[in-house]
Amino acid sequence: MTAQRDIKADTWTVAGRTFTSRLIVGTGKYKSLEENAAAVEASGAEIVTVAVRRVNISDPTQPMLTDFIDPKKTTYLPNTAGCFTAEDAIRTLRLAREAGGWNLVKLEVLGEAKTLYPNMRETLRATEVLVKEGFEPMVYCVDDPIAAKQLEEAGAVAIMPLGAPIGSGLGIQNRVTIRLIVEGANVPVLVDAGVGTASDAAQAMELGCDGVLMNTAIAEAKNPVLMAQAMKAAVEAGRLAYLSGRMQKRRYADPSSPLAGLI
Amino acid sequence: MSLDGSLGIRVNGEHRRVMGPLSVAEMLNELGLDPLRVAVERNLEIVPRGTLDSVCVEDGDDFEIVHFVGGG
Repeated sequence: MTAQRDIKADTWTVAGRTFTSRLIVGTGKYKSLEENAAAVEASGAEIVTVAVRRVNISDPTQPMLTDFIDPKKTTYLPNTAGCFTAEDAIRTLRLAREAGGWNLVKLEVLGEAKTLYPNMRETLRATEVLVKEGFEPMVYCVDDPIAAKQLEEAGAVAIMPLGAPIGSGLGIQNRVTIRLIVEGANVPVLVDAGVGTASDAAQAMELGCDGVLMNTAIAEAKNPVLMAQAMKAAVEAGRLAYLSGRMQKRRYADPSSPLAGLI
Repeated sequence: MSLDGSLGIRVNGEHRRVMGPLSVAEMLNELGLDPLRVAVERNLEIVPRGTLDSVCVEDGDDFEIVHFVGGG
């Protein structure tokens, strides 16, 4: 058995692309593009999620995200945030593919504004169409092992169940279903949404997830760059703990020091 | 098209008048946008980047021009 594991050698692969970092970070809600770039750097993330929006026609000289986070060095994962129908999401991703020139995308089709829970019927429908059009969708979904299986069968390249509602910071609400999804999946599983602090990210990794995606937990921390560093460490710690195989839980104490030879 | 040769179009929901004839690439240039950083939809259809020079802007066209912004 290897005594220690080089975390850099512990890679994961989605749609034929291999990454070292298991942390994907969002780029929304930051106070400035500078702070955003510093947080991405501290997180060690190799993939960032981005939104697709109308350009500002009245002021085209405004600084752009691509000036601060280089799409040649960091993989941009375009999302469909704000889309409530399969059609809107597909239209958004067609534009994203044209703007960025790649097929790897994050699909999310929301059901309502209050919870931002995914609409799974629309999500599944959009997945089927996108796959036919050559996209490689990583799909945000409910923490439901059956829905996860259906998405995989439809061609999702990664399953991304929510730990808790988007932006809530509540942490993983249902460890059992996240674990069931991990056990049933043949594609990477990443907890997407609900992470609030480092222990939540570590927990996702301890459950055997391939990665974690978060935005608000870092962007809304008082010190986002420091929290990004914490999340990097938490994801690595959780991953190592998962690989190491935790001890069995007992209902009663079991002394760590030998009982023999007591004075 | 009006008598002066100008075209009435919509860009991201706003009405504009531009002088024709012009290509989509020329329109982007006039708007101060870098074609390599945006994606263009014309009347609900993507205009592939490689064809921006050859597709002409026509009277009544409806354009959506998008780029990447911060998001989760």
